Amino acid sequence: MTTTRDADQSTSLPSDQGGPEKDPPAKKEFSAKQLALGLLFGIIFGFLLQKGGVAKYHVLLGVLLLEDFTVVKVMLTAIIVGMMGVFTLYAFGLVKLHVKPTRYAANIIGGLIFGVGFALIGYCPGTGAAALGQGNLDAIAGVAGLMVGSYLFAEASGWLDKTLMKVGDHGKLMLPEMVGLRLPVFLFIFVPLLIACLVAIDQFARR
Amino acid sequence: MRSSLCASIVVVLASPALSVAQEAGADPLQYSGPAWSPYLVGALIGLLTMLTLYFSNKPLGASTAYARVAGLIGKTVAPRHTESLKYYQDNKPAIDWEVMLVVGAIGGAFLAAWHGGELTGQWLPPMWEARFGEDSYAWRTGAALVGGILMAFGARLAGGCTSGHGISGALQLSVGSWIALICFFAGGIATAMLMFRL
Repeated sequence: MTTTRDADQSTSLPSDQGGPEKDPPAKKEFSAKQLALGLLFGIIFGFLLQKGGVAKYHVLLGVLLLEDFTVVKVMLTAIIVGMMGVFTLYAFGLVKLHVKPTRYAANIIGGLIFGVGFALIGYCPGTGAAALGQGNLDAIAGVAGLMVGSYLFAEASGWLDKTLMKVGDHGKLMLPEMVGLRLPVFLFIFVPLLIACLVAIDQFARR
Repeated sequence: MRSSLCASIVVVLASPALSVAQEAGADPLQYSGPAWSPYLVGALIGLLTMLTLYFSNKPLGASTAYARVAGLIGKTVAPRHTESLKYYQDNKPAIDWEVMLVVGAIGGAFLAAWHGGELTGQWLPPMWEARFGEDSYAWRTGAALVGGILMAFGARLAGGCTSGHGISGALQLSVGSWIALICFFAGGIATAMLMFRL
């Protein structure tokens, strides 16, 4: 389903092609216009993260201690609105999807390591930038750590690509395919379900 | 106070036997919440994901920016070694769209905090200080540094972070993103409980 739609779009938007999996540097990505757009979108993103309270250490630790659900409210709302919006644009052929690859072992082990780091640093890569912007100076150490960790991964990447990354590799698997439903049918069930989760959290969470 | 963090880290890394009983940790709810409604902010971030896909053909994500900048530094210090690494052969170290996004996020958060009178300028977050003491600078620095290292390694292994998997990947219904998102929180909740509730 995705592949045919991608192929359709490659004729209408030839300059937009770039392998989403490994993202080799398509020229467009480094054009002055795209760099300026990245900066503009970043300013909006950082502004929203700070106003949403998720640049604050205690708000991020609060969700990990299951006491402050601000992070969940922001993320779930973004997922619901973005899901409806992006798939609408997609239905009209206006955007290409960038579905992340599913690799069970790497997703699970990497996710758990990320989580341990998340609690120790108290920020994530996006909210860490926002924390730095609002003046949380400890984020300087966090950002330094993020760069060191990225380089350490690169050191191990040759070996990891041949081993862990291959375990349970399912490519760009989407939830509707996995459960055997067509995309519109799946969305028709999944979106209300996510909204119900959000309403329940709003009812029961103290914040 | 220091001993509690020490114990927490030791527990996290190796042995659960060294835990020290502590006074109740800091309560996150006694500090300020979000300035704007989290639903409004979430909806606007959702709209932003549509804009980045439409105008830049890029999903919102933050973690690879750190990898690109680390690669640029690596290329300056050890060019041949850096270029020999598989990851940097697939992802050239460069200032790209996502690096600009993260740089912009620093500026945008500054504007928002300035606008709302929420600029902090502190090395120790108040909730950290309440738990680990006012002289815990070295511990905080170490935790943020080690946390950052683990987080970036985990993000690269998992294929994304709280933005790339947690928002962009999840909203595009990627199975791996939902798995990673659940694991982010599973690992984070377990570690935070050890640090603050033991």
